[in-house]
Amino acid sequence: MIKVEHEIHQRRKGRNMGVGLLLLGMVAIVFGLTVVKVKNLGAIEKFDHVYRPAIDPTIPVTPPVDSE
Amino acid sequence: MSEASVIDHGYEPSMKDYFDLLKPRVMSLVVFTALVGLLVAPVGVNPFVGFVSVLFIALGAGASGALNMWWDADIDAVMSRTVKRPIPSGRVAPGEALGIGIALSGLSVIMLALAANLLAAALLAFTIFFYAVVYSMWLKRSTPQNIVIGGAAGAFPPMIGWVVATGSVSVEAWLMFMLIFLWTPPHFWALALFMKEDYHKAGVPMLTVTAGHDATRRHIFVYSVLLAIFAVAMGFSSIGGPVFLATAVILNARFMLGCYRIWQRRTPEAQADDYAVERGVFRQSLWYTLLHFTALLADAALKGAGLWSGWV
Repeated sequence: MIKVEHEIHQRRKGRNMGVGLLLLGMVAIVFGLTVVKVKNLGAIEKFDHVYRPAIDPTIPVTPPVDSE
Repeated sequence: MSEASVIDHGYEPSMKDYFDLLKPRVMSLVVFTALVGLLVAPVGVNPFVGFVSVLFIALGAGASGALNMWWDADIDAVMSRTVKRPIPSGRVAPGEALGIGIALSGLSVIMLALAANLLAAALLAFTIFFYAVVYSMWLKRSTPQNIVIGGAAGAFPPMIGWVVATGSVSVEAWLMFMLIFLWTPPHFWALALFMKEDYHKAGVPMLTVTAGHDATRRHIFVYSVLLAIFAVAMGFSSIGGPVFLATAVILNARFMLGCYRIWQRRTPEAQADDYAVERGVFRQSLWYTLLHFTALLADAALKGAGLWSGWV
């Protein structure tokens, strides 16, 4: 059954649209800030399930062996 | 106006009614001064972070405006200058204004902390507290020096803008603060001279009410001299430059002359021409901050373009 729209929705349409737009703006701001902040962190390299000695800071970097 | 009576007369507040709670004209000055504070800082800021920071500094100022309107609804209803504000005119219920003020205060401080840094957010929180509690709830109704001390609230935005960029408060930030702080008393007292009846009716102890017009006129002139000395000296600081110095010399000479004419007049003379000089000085004072901060920006641009490298 189709319900008749309540009059309050019509009366508050402008306000509801305004609140909706403000919320969307807020989402855009938080998203934008996240993008900027993450980009400013620089390159991130971490372990992904597998241990990688190459990026373990506790292991001293060994100089490359001269092949000559 | 109680919440019930707002509902009774069937008025549905619009977005504009809520926006009016935030004192948009004050917010526009806050946006501008905070932006200048941010742009004249020697440290660059990501444009998006800068935009968001200024937006939430302005929102924080708006929130304190809403809290001020909630607290002062009784005296706003008496004064002709403020009777059309959302609460006394019955467009927004007091409880709503309080809720909006608190919610936006929290939101703006948290968002500024996330976008910029904790010090900027702490300064914004202090500014809101200072304006809503120290000025509105305490000083405004208890001392004729209300706007002298309360003026600090309006002086913080450029400092916060500076802190957004640099992360610390330095001499330059205090200079911008002091420029607005010293400008506030002559600006408001010029207004109070031709709005005296308003403050008298509302029982607000403005200097015009407690000490009379003659004393207020003298105070206006003294502050304009202090302001002029400070503004011209600021021209020689690290954020000053040739544009600011020239602007300060011209504008302060004009402003001081206007304030001198206010000082030399007496009330019957002012009433005869409907406070023409006082109104003129008040209008001039509106341009005063706008042009001084534009000059700061111009000098920063000259530095950025390599056309100016400082006084030494």
